[in-house]
Amino acid sequence: MTAIEEHALTLDPEEARRVRQERLERIGRWLLPLAIMVLAIWLWDRLCIWNDIPKYILPRPGVVLQTLFDDAGLLFSSLLVTLRITFLSLLLAVIGGVGLAVLFTQSKWVEMSFFPFAIVLQVTPIVAIFPLINIYVDNQTTKLLLCAWIVAFFPILSNTTLGLNSVDRNLRDMFRLNGATRWQQLRYLRLPAAMPYFLGGLKIAGGLSLIGAVVAEFVAGAQGQSSGLASRIIEAGYRLNAPRLFAALILISFTGILIFLVLSLISHLILRRWHESALKQER
Amino acid sequence: MQEKVAQAPASASGKGPMLLALRGVGKVFSNGVTALRDVDLTIREGDFVSLLGPSGCGKSTALRLIAGLATPTSGLLDWRGSSAADRSDIGFVFQEPTLLPWADVFDNVWLPLRLRGVSRAKAAPVVMEMLARVHLTGFEKAVPRELSGGMKMRVSIARAMVTKPRILLMDEPFAALDEITRFKLNNDLLELWQDERFTVVFVTHSVFESVFLSNRVVVMAARPGRVFKELAIDASYPRNEAFRTSPAYAALCRQASDVLIGAINSTAGPHHDGH
Repeated sequence: MTAIEEHALTLDPEEARRVRQERLERIGRWLLPLAIMVLAIWLWDRLCIWNDIPKYILPRPGVVLQTLFDDAGLLFSSLLVTLRITFLSLLLAVIGGVGLAVLFTQSKWVEMSFFPFAIVLQVTPIVAIFPLINIYVDNQTTKLLLCAWIVAFFPILSNTTLGLNSVDRNLRDMFRLNGATRWQQLRYLRLPAAMPYFLGGLKIAGGLSLIGAVVAEFVAGAQGQSSGLASRIIEAGYRLNAPRLFAALILISFTGILIFLVLSLISHLILRRWHESALKQER
Repeated sequence: MQEKVAQAPASASGKGPMLLALRGVGKVFSNGVTALRDVDLTIREGDFVSLLGPSGCGKSTALRLIAGLATPTSGLLDWRGSSAADRSDIGFVFQEPTLLPWADVFDNVWLPLRLRGVSRAKAAPVVMEMLARVHLTGFEKAVPRELSGGMKMRVSIARAMVTKPRILLMDEPFAALDEITRFKLNNDLLELWQDERFTVVFVTHSVFESVFLSNRVVVMAARPGRVFKELAIDASYPRNEAFRTSPAYAALCRQASDVLIGAINSTAGPHHDGH
């Protein structure tokens, strides 16, 4: 696939067209979304000018960027608070999700008994549960963590359970023939086999824990004790400080994208040697 | 009916002591299917026994019973007085290579030893020797998806043999391979068997494969699964490509094929016209 090889080959028209097509697609995959993004921002800017929109309603992109720099100290210290909740809850979601999944696969009976509870916890909107948590839990950080955890742990639990249970039947027989203990079967067979599923769940949970952290702070924000990005947004909303509101919003979005990219990279690095999903497409 | 092969040194035909006997073994599944009925079979040390038959004749079930992966509904297994084999006496090769996709070749072959608590360093010489025996030296670091079907099967055989089992159970191991690869693996398996002197029970639906490899072919019939007839393959080892093209081999294949046709007809006979 190197350039030298390509030049050395004389390709028939159909193959040559395919190569051209692939090259175009490779460039287009990056260029097109970028171009559309730039166009959208330009249009946003023009709309503000053409319609004479005041900046407390819709600030121009340049103003938002300026605010991001001017309020950097305030915004980034808030981002740090939000990030702390996000990562702590993601960590707890991993521990809780994987732990419960392992427990579930140790016995069908445990899974049958407790899985419905996990589903109930998942389908009940967190905003509706929060007032209860607010009554029962005093510590602000604990409150937020609990909320973010409830939102984030389910995809890890359900994916890991699926993975632990989808081990090749012959491999299981092979372990049995070799007298593997329960622990050995978990360590050398079930956990590695569940890895792709777990990582898929982790990617979803990463985004959800950020959403959980922000939503929890929104609901808790009424108490005025928190200092994460959500509180900044509420505060900016009260003061009609739209540029800062937008700046905080952009910061949250970028954090979400970054979390997703980092988790995708981790997943790719772990699976690249053996799992279909991480392999380059070869023809 | 027993083989009359002289005890020539080149011959590995089993006149050895009994290793295992199935006595009146039957297996009925919970869905009502009778997989096996009244199977009597004696396996001697050093035997290369093929179970040959159409699909549904219970040959794989018989293998799983011997391995201890299933228990007989009736009858018993007799491992010289004990009803179950010592685990390390059994090596099993599945129809698919059944390797751990995330582990490299070395780790895959090491696995049975690892499960018995043997450290990597302690296992290394044994694993490397086993890989050499199946002609995979230099591929320790490859992961299964980087290997061809034949090479994966070699890894699978190395893994089954790494514990030096007394009996190797093989469930249609080469069925999914192309003919050239299968011939090569047949030759290498025979070579390994002659060097190490273990016992093999080999499930196949190929007449040619069973005759080429075994000193005894047990032809089975279906519905219900049962032993139809046993054939002694009176040809000396080592068997090689010359044997594969010899008239003697052709004659033996013809003989086995006739018996197999008999077994198939007996299935489609008066009991079950409908099928």
